[in-house]
Amino acid sequence: MSRQLDFAGWIFVAVMALAAVLVPLATLGTPDGAALHVPTYLVQLFGKYLCYAILAVALDLVWGYCGILSLGHGAFFALGGYAMGMYLMRQIGTRGVYANPVLPDFMVFLNWHSLPVAWWGFNWFAYAMLMMVLVPGLLALAFGWFAFRSRVTGVYLSIITQAMTFALYKEFFRNDFGFGGNNGLTDFKDILGFSLQSDAVKAGLFSISAVALIASYLISRAIVRSKYGKALIAVRDSESRMRFLGYRVENIKLFAFVVSAIMAAVGGALYVPQVGIINPSEFAPGNSIEVAIWVAVGGRGTLVGAAIGAIAVNFAKTYFTGALPEYWLFALGLLFVCVTLFFPLGIMGVLSRIRFRRKRSEVATGTAT
Amino acid sequence: MSEENAKLTSSLLYLDNVQVTFDGYRALRGLSLALAPGEMRAIIGPNGAGKTTMMDVITGKTRPDVGDVYFEGRHDLTRMDEAEIATLGVGRKFQKPTVFENHSVNDNILLAARAPRTVRATLAAKGSAEITQNITRILERIRLTDMRERQAGSLSHGQKQWLEIGMLLAQDPKLLLVDEPVAGMTDSETAATATMLKEIAKEHSVVVVEHDMAFVRDLDVKVTVLHEGAVLAEGTLDQVSADERVVEVYLGR
Ligand SMILES: Nc1ncnc2c1ncn2[C@@H]1O[C@H](COP(=O)(O)OP(=O)(O)OP(=O)(O)O)[C@@H](O)[C@H]1O
Ligand SMILES: [Mg+2]
Repeated sequence: MSRQLDFAGWIFVAVMALAAVLVPLATLGTPDGAALHVPTYLVQLFGKYLCYAILAVALDLVWGYCGILSLGHGAFFALGGYAMGMYLMRQIGTRGVYANPVLPDFMVFLNWHSLPVAWWGFNWFAYAMLMMVLVPGLLALAFGWFAFRSRVTGVYLSIITQAMTFALYKEFFRNDFGFGGNNGLTDFKDILGFSLQSDAVKAGLFSISAVALIASYLISRAIVRSKYGKALIAVRDSESRMRFLGYRVENIKLFAFVVSAIMAAVGGALYVPQVGIINPSEFAPGNSIEVAIWVAVGGRGTLVGAAIGAIAVNFAKTYFTGALPEYWLFALGLLFVCVTLFFPLGIMGVLSRIRFRRKRSEVATGTAT
Repeated sequence: MSEENAKLTSSLLYLDNVQVTFDGYRALRGLSLALAPGEMRAIIGPNGAGKTTMMDVITGKTRPDVGDVYFEGRHDLTRMDEAEIATLGVGRKFQKPTVFENHSVNDNILLAARAPRTVRATLAAKGSAEITQNITRILERIRLTDMRERQAGSLSHGQKQWLEIGMLLAQDPKLLLVDEPVAGMTDSETAATATMLKEIAKEHSVVVVEHDMAFVRDLDVKVTVLHEGAVLAEGTLDQVSADERVVEVYLGR
């Protein structure tokens, strides 16, 4: 299984690398209607899927390899998104409805006269990127430190991660929390001086997302293949045994949790300029649960599977919500139940079974001749 | 008191008047025990005597309500957690074999082997010929050389027990606590295990809990009999089996 998995991983990396190069060429270098032309809306759609895939890989790192079923990863994704959104908001400047050079529109609308401290520095891209890493990273560090030290595990841990994202969901809804309330942040104009409306920027964001997904996969892969990764799996399978061997289980969990949170935040930061909005609904508890479903469908504890699961399920979601919107949640639930009952290793498990069978039949024909 | 002090400082492991209560049930009722450096000790006693609970107390899994537990005369084990105690040099083999089922035999030993255990050290850890050789030597001693790349979960019950002993060897602790190492083993496996443990005892202090009297006789070491959470008798196996109270405890139930 592990060799096949690695093979699948490299194929995935190759496909993503090719997409990163070819998609911009196909969308920019060809006229509308040409055979190879990729319409911009598709580029944006798939760019969004790639961000979800980063989030799924991040969750798989902690769930698949350390047994931490976080149902709050959507919060880290959203925080990364808000950091990017705040940068994009401040780039609007005088082009806003109220043409205030410093204050975003919603602040003028709320009659605020000065920029809240939380917003300082977000006019600089580098500062926004730093916050994108620091805020979710520190939240994960603090949350994990308390949770893992007090040895909260299993369902209880999942529940408190849900509570975490729910609390943020409620906070971000409030206007006086200072992040745009219900409407969130939107009407972005440009990023680093390039217009977000241009096809080139959209294609570029797609490529960057593909590269970020490759990086997330390769970093996670390096982590799980190291001796630390073996310790991570050992913690998943027998936490107390690891303690009696002298490992500080809480530190092992904490590292993976923080890395994973930052990875999720990167996904969120890339997501926002592609969809053009970030609002509190990204913190909704249901979103985080959906991420776990993507991972389960793709194959938990495989990394590649998580990415494939995210892309496949979201592709299906886009189709369903267009064709039969009222049935999507049922379909998703059914999918989850079927996967847990019949395909515990998800898509990756099915793929490996097919490959295994083919190999066996090759052996069979080999002896026949 | 000064005699007690001398006993404390000269012992590798020293338990004095240890009491543990679970929901009103007194599992340990004033257990006292001293183990000399380099000693091997067998602990016997009927089911529920508190043998496993004693190991839980020594390894930091269970905090005693009352009593002292000292390691090397100076480390107060009642104030430390599992990882700290393990780092001091106390290794443990569980009653039910617990190996990392999804890892290979090789990786089980690798994780147990003495090496820095921090996140940073394990992230940066590189394999080396020395580590490989060390694992090879251990596998020979626990008779699992051919199973090196096998998943631990696919081993037989007896082989898992051995793998766990191998993990203890790799951990190389000063004190080994071994809980019922031959439970569920065939006679030949039992004999092989006794040989392994005797060999280990040459370089380590060992506490073995076991029900199997033939096995205990084979070990040929000082025996402590536990009953209802306290020591009932201590001495050679012949001495304790001649003790009327011991006979009563074992036969009178
Ligand atoms: N965590 C616990 N909670 C409640 N009771 C416990 C707990 N652990 C042990 N006990 C009780 O304490 C008593 C001593 O148990 P212990 O496991 O130490 O016995 P033992 O000597 O190892 O027995 P055995 O030979 O069956 O392994 C038993 O009656 C047991 O039911
Ligand atoms: Mg026991």
